[in-house]
Amino acid sequence: MKLSIPEQELVMSGHLACQGCGATLCMRYALKELGQNTILDIPACCWSVIDGPFPHTSVKVPLFHTAFETAACVASGIRAGLDILGRKETNVVAWAGDGGTFDIGIQALSGAAERNDNIIYICYDNEAYMNTGIQRSSATPYGAWTTTTPVKHFKKMPKKDMMGIMAAHRIPYAATASVAYPEDFIRKVKKAKELKGTKFLHIISPCPAGWKSLPEETIKLAKLAVSTCYFPIYEIENGEKYTVNKVIKNARPVKEFLSRQGRFRHLREEDIAKIQENVIGFYNELLKKAGIEEEVSVKTE
Amino acid sequence: MKQVIMGNHALSYGAMISRVQVIAAYPITPQTKVVELLSEICADGRLDAEFIKVESEHSALAACCGASAVGARTFTATSAQGLALMHEMIHWAVGARLPIVLGNINRAMGPPWTIWTDQNDSLSERDTGCLQFYAQSNQEVLDTVVQAYKVSEQVLLPSMVVLDAFTLSHTSEVVDFPDQKLVDEYLPPFNPKYKLDPKEPHTFGGLTGPDGYFELRYKIEEAIQDAKGLIKETGKEFGEVFGREYGMVEKYRMDDADLVLVASSTIASTAHVAIDELREEGKKVGLLRVRVFRPFPSEEIRELLLGRKKIAIIDRNISFGHGGIFAQEVKSALFNCKDSPLLWGYVTGIGGRDVTVEDIKEIINDTMQSDKPEKDILWKGVRV
Repeated sequence: MKLSIPEQELVMSGHLACQGCGATLCMRYALKELGQNTILDIPACCWSVIDGPFPHTSVKVPLFHTAFETAACVASGIRAGLDILGRKETNVVAWAGDGGTFDIGIQALSGAAERNDNIIYICYDNEAYMNTGIQRSSATPYGAWTTTTPVKHFKKMPKKDMMGIMAAHRIPYAATASVAYPEDFIRKVKKAKELKGTKFLHIISPCPAGWKSLPEETIKLAKLAVSTCYFPIYEIENGEKYTVNKVIKNARPVKEFLSRQGRFRHLREEDIAKIQENVIGFYNELLKKAGIEEEVSVKTE
Repeated sequence: MKQVIMGNHALSYGAMISRVQVIAAYPITPQTKVVELLSEICADGRLDAEFIKVESEHSALAACCGASAVGARTFTATSAQGLALMHEMIHWAVGARLPIVLGNINRAMGPPWTIWTDQNDSLSERDTGCLQFYAQSNQEVLDTVVQAYKVSEQVLLPSMVVLDAFTLSHTSEVVDFPDQKLVDEYLPPFNPKYKLDPKEPHTFGGLTGPDGYFELRYKIEEAIQDAKGLIKETGKEFGEVFGREYGMVEKYRMDDADLVLVASSTIASTAHVAIDELREEGKKVGLLRVRVFRPFPSEEIRELLLGRKKIAIIDRNISFGHGGIFAQEVKSALFNCKDSPLLWGYVTGIGGRDVTVEDIKEIINDTMQSDKPEKDILWKGVRV
């Protein structure tokens, strides 16, 4: 039987992730494709802890832990160091959460992208500062509860369009993926590996602790995020060429995704209707950019 | 080969002859000439290096950390606000034990906006574990960059080479360029034992609790103490190879001096003239120039200052609420010692106010005429 996912395991058991952690699956799949000849740098995020306490580590590749806002620029430095030392074949991967990418690290990421430094930047997005105890980030979606957006004052701003920002930098490759579709994710990691310049991968990564969801439903949620169009799966080449990898023609109602998570429990029907409208609106815009004329419809139960 | 160059270019050429491999920098007045020249040197092939033109000083030092961690010799330069922005990454470079060399042009901190010199920017980095060298001439700037790499790469701590804004950074002086072959022998390529290498994977800086962190900090102190001996050794060896010897401090006409003036950077270079003129008048005065601020030369301070009648210290900096920083450091080195001399701490030249030979002579004469220091901070030249 031909395996659709590389066999090698570079994430070891014994790591410190919570049960049902999407971010750990992200790393496992990414390293399977990246392989041994890879250097990781990780700013403050869940993975600063997941990796394990000194003197232990749970990845079989070199890893440099770094300050919160420096994932991209440390990767640029590693790349420059390797290049001048003639180690050009080594993959350099900045691995950050949504806070380290959308918020505090966006300046360094924008700098690296503008210079088109030859790095792979992977953001595992659990939609809030989960490692510090579920505070809102600019990746937190409209409507979500977090410890800094209490239910009486839930987040009223939409999630930042990070892919749009990266596309505006005209980098060779930006793509989204879901941990529920490892073949698609791994194909994108492979493509990022093969291209020169700045590559950006944005992975939706369910977090049972922060989403108030069941650990055993992580994959289910990561699938629903896609089938409801809440988190579209697409890629952008050179900031221009949009490809939607999983075209949804008949989306499941976003309520199916929201209702399985405690962070949305407080939402009223009209709030959910607003989210539904925004999700479909964004998706239709995306289809248009990808040259698809049809529009998505929502399944009725 | 001798050439007339500005202080900033002495930093650039110091990096060039040290064969740095990765440079990451962001422009700030008065540092810009350092990186402009390095850009040219990299572009015309005189130096085979990667130059990352980053979007901030914070990213500059972060990129240096990444490059240093894979085993490349790295350099950056900054000033004032830029150094303050780097602060977090100076701690990171120290904790990750990365021997980056950083040029800092001493510029006063804003607000109000200003570009002229004082030492508050670099002295605010006092407690990071980064080595700090204060140069008094362009020759010393160039020579110190080479020595800083040699010391840093042995103790695995970063170094800061500091020079005064404009008074040195934009002043042209004759500089003797060391023979590159001799520099290469003196400073072998950087080859750290531990680096980011997929063939031998290690994790740097992983989560460490109270069981281990304490010891890692002890190791940093041990390393910076080792640096004292290495600075003297490398400075002596530099003298043997290139004819210019350096130490932790410089002694000038101190042998029979009753009064010793302690100063640093260009104020110390001006003070040489003041001392000569006062000696002409028959006054027994000498100069102790502090060249290395971290590690602090406590042993030299005790050896050279105990038993003197009076010490006058000039600080072009101020730790608000306590006084001049060099004065504090010298006092703390002399505490618990018998016969510690009386010490007058002068604060002057803040924000680039000129400090002349006459000013320095006045400071020394005032100290001679005074029986004891009236205050912890003796303001010199402030118009209030």
